[in-house]
Amino acid sequence: MPLYHNDDQQMLADAAQQFIADKGSVAHLREFRDKNCKDGFGHDLWREFGEMGFNGILVSEEEGGLGLGHQEAGIILKEIGRNLTPSPFLTTAIAGIEALNAGSKNLREKYVPGILAGETVLSLAIEEHSKHRPDHIAMSAARSGNGFKLNGAKKFVIHGGSSDMVIVAARTAGGVNDREGITLFAVDKDVAGMEINAVRLVDSAVAAHINFNDVEITADAVIGEVDQGADVLDRLLRAGRVGAAAEMVGVGQGAMDITVNYIKERKQFGRVIGEFQGLQHRMSHLYSEMQIADAAVLKAQQLLDEGSEKAELMISVAKAKVGKATNLSVREGVQMHGGVGMTDEYDIGLYMKRDRALSEFFGDASYHVQRVAQIYGY
Amino acid sequence: MSDLENFRAETRAWLEANCPAEMRLPIKGEDDMCWGGRNFKFKNDAQKLWLDTMAQRGWTVPDWPKEYGGGGLNPAETKILKQEMASLKCRSPLSSFGIWMLGPALLHFGTEEQKKHYLPQIARGEIRWCQGYSEPGSGSDLVSLQTYGEDKGDHWVVNGQKVWTSYADKADWIFCLVRTDKNDKYKGISFLLFDMESEGVSTKPIKLISGNSPFCETFFDDVKVPKDQIVGELNRGWDVAKYLLGHEREMISGGGLSADMPSIGAAFAEVAELDPILRAEFAAFDVETLAFRAMSEKFMDELKAGKGHPAQPNMMKYAGTELNKKRHELIMAAGGSDALEWESEASNHGAKPRGWLRTKANSIEGGTSEIMLNVISKRILDLPGA
Ligand SMILES: Cc1cc2nc3c(=O)[nH]c(=O)nc-3n(C[C@H](O)[C@H](O)[C@H](O)COP(=O)(O)OP(=O)(O)OC[C@H]3O[C@@H](n4cnc5c(N)ncnc54)[C@H](O)[C@@H]3O)c2cc1C
Ligand SMILES: Cc1cc2nc3c(=O)[nH]c(=O)nc-3n(C[C@H](O)[C@H](O)[C@H](O)COP(=O)(O)OP(=O)(O)OC[C@H]3O[C@@H](n4cnc5c(N)ncnc54)[C@H](O)[C@@H]3O)c2cc1C
Repeated sequence: MPLYHNDDQQMLADAAQQFIADKGSVAHLREFRDKNCKDGFGHDLWREFGEMGFNGILVSEEEGGLGLGHQEAGIILKEIGRNLTPSPFLTTAIAGIEALNAGSKNLREKYVPGILAGETVLSLAIEEHSKHRPDHIAMSAARSGNGFKLNGAKKFVIHGGSSDMVIVAARTAGGVNDREGITLFAVDKDVAGMEINAVRLVDSAVAAHINFNDVEITADAVIGEVDQGADVLDRLLRAGRVGAAAEMVGVGQGAMDITVNYIKERKQFGRVIGEFQGLQHRMSHLYSEMQIADAAVLKAQQLLDEGSEKAELMISVAKAKVGKATNLSVREGVQMHGGVGMTDEYDIGLYMKRDRALSEFFGDASYHVQRVAQIYGY
Repeated sequence: MSDLENFRAETRAWLEANCPAEMRLPIKGEDDMCWGGRNFKFKNDAQKLWLDTMAQRGWTVPDWPKEYGGGGLNPAETKILKQEMASLKCRSPLSSFGIWMLGPALLHFGTEEQKKHYLPQIARGEIRWCQGYSEPGSGSDLVSLQTYGEDKGDHWVVNGQKVWTSYADKADWIFCLVRTDKNDKYKGISFLLFDMESEGVSTKPIKLISGNSPFCETFFDDVKVPKDQIVGELNRGWDVAKYLLGHEREMISGGGLSADMPSIGAAFAEVAELDPILRAEFAAFDVETLAFRAMSEKFMDELKAGKGHPAQPNMMKYAGTELNKKRHELIMAAGGSDALEWESEASNHGAKPRGWLRTKANSIEGGTSEIMLNVISKRILDLPGA
């Protein structure tokens, strides 16, 4: 398959670009931030995402979705990134759906229609540390009657306070670092014993620290098999990582575009500053880094869609590369804006904040560089 | 099986049956490659056999039309052939400025007679070409070149000096930029082809920091060039030169990276274990390499579908050459004192340090990195005054 978007994908990209720029622009982010919305995103827009069919990209056609893949999901995510749209799309329609796709028909019947309609929001309770360490799960799920009793704490649960269901990775057997013994659960909001402390993050998203104190859930909340959740978790992580990488490409390109436009307008020393070679060369270098990151992400999506065994490696390459490139883009962006880059009025700072959050989500560049070395066996 | 799957299977079987074992060993350096030409001395029989076998099939230039000595493959088939050659570690049968640079320019700008005459010779590796662009005063600012061709009716008489002419002393013919109108800086240059054995051509090697001297100063003293050896229109050689530079940049950018290259960290796993900082650098480099390779693939696919931005090769050249330099820095660091040996048998006559030093030219030859960044600023980002 050639490594560019085919005609159908290009049509989707055009539609998504237009729609998200109209409805989910940076102005939309500012609106939700400034009214101090407790969810950090707009439910109306989420429903419109549903109407556009975006939420069903990874859902099979039999179940009412579009039956498409990660390349198409990435198209939407890139536009979300470019516009800094606050949205539960990545947690719900990408990572969440991927986990549900590995679960029972019952679970899918329970949640998927709401997701397709933009009524239901999912969040992911995986992390227990401030750095991404999904192979280190201590939270316990002890058998209790017909079901399980959850105890432990999770961090960095994006939209954790406003989701309808939380996907929780817990341990039904084994020690903290064991692969065997992990189980994934679909936990509905408002169950007794789930203590949610929502916190606003630097990028205005709202995440939660969640304490589970003897939370009782039934056996049909298990996603996949008991003790064998690591495979489902991997599937969720692959989708989440490549999805976060796609969103970051959008953030990096968006930041680059506004900076290029800015330096074409701003005059100092009697010239537009874009004429200075000191800035031009850095801008061109940045362009080249973003192009490479973009291709790496597309390659990872393609391999994942093909079910290739190389996907794992390339996903980490993609998240690592885009982590570095987008970080460069926002740093150069703020610097080249000069003083106004430090003001809230200019958008460039918002890009810098979103980059910081997204780079931690599903593992930062160092985590994924390290993983590349491990996959290569050194 | 689809046609392409059939093609892949047949290609693989054919390569397995026809590519000699010696031509599946890693290439040790420029000296180890097959350059062809009138005076080329093959390293061994396998090298000659491999060239002849591939040329017979048109696979030294798989995507050129058959009537010009090519294989007539479509883009998808060409990609498959490259992939299969990489996975079986088959060496490229022929390294040639004719293939990388002149051929594409002739295909685009040449007359039918020129194509029929020159292209099959290039495909079979019979004529070795060199590139006469740079002059002592004209490097990055190439259009300032002074070598002059005076119109004498049915021929030109060329006088001047070129510099950095790679392999001029080994080449059979030269493709050369010559001023044919002194009044117009851009529209006064023509693109001429001529035999290096013509009277009045002389060369003098330049020794490099690697100890090798692959290139020369080249002098033209009343050299007669027949009129039918011009490519493209009179005084419009700059168009041909730029087109060719696009291909040259593409070629240099891929240098050493596009092949099925193993992980640098895996290759130096023992060092990685000793030194965590180097290990991290290896891993970061492996990330860069795989990401660059994806970009390279994307660019090639887009190019073949006519979707690419025409200035993208500049970006590839910039990123690819900087990466290749970094790779050789890491190879030197990983090698430690062993990588310092300059002459011993064990070090293959200093292949590592010489290779490392050679790569420093990557970001200079075919246009410097700074010039690439200028072009991106101007033609892609549309920055003012660039
Ligand atoms: C937090 C903060 C506190 C400040 N406090 C004070 C204060 O107390 N008093 C005060 O007077 N000022 C203050 N300033 C203003 C500060 O001095 C200016 O922001 C600074 O001089 C840069 O000018 P500028 O913002 O207009 O950027 P610009 O001059 O517009 O520069 C924009 C970008 O272009 C680049 N650029 C400009 N010219 C060239 C060139 N010739 N070649 C290459 N690149 C170029 C710049 O480096 C920058 O990256 C403050 C600024 C900030 C952010
Ligand atoms: C190994 C090797 C093989 C070569 N083979 C050939 C060949 O076969 N045929 C041939 O014709 N030529 C060949 N060249 C020449 C090559 O094309 C030139 O060296 C190259 O174009 C740079 O020109 P220069 O060396 O005159 O550098 P200069 O133009 O003098 O540049 C010096 C420095 O100034 C920088 N600079 C110049 N202009 C600008 C600008 N506008 N903005 C910012 N920075 C600038 C450059 O980037 C460089 O860092 C070869 C060179 C090498 C090293």
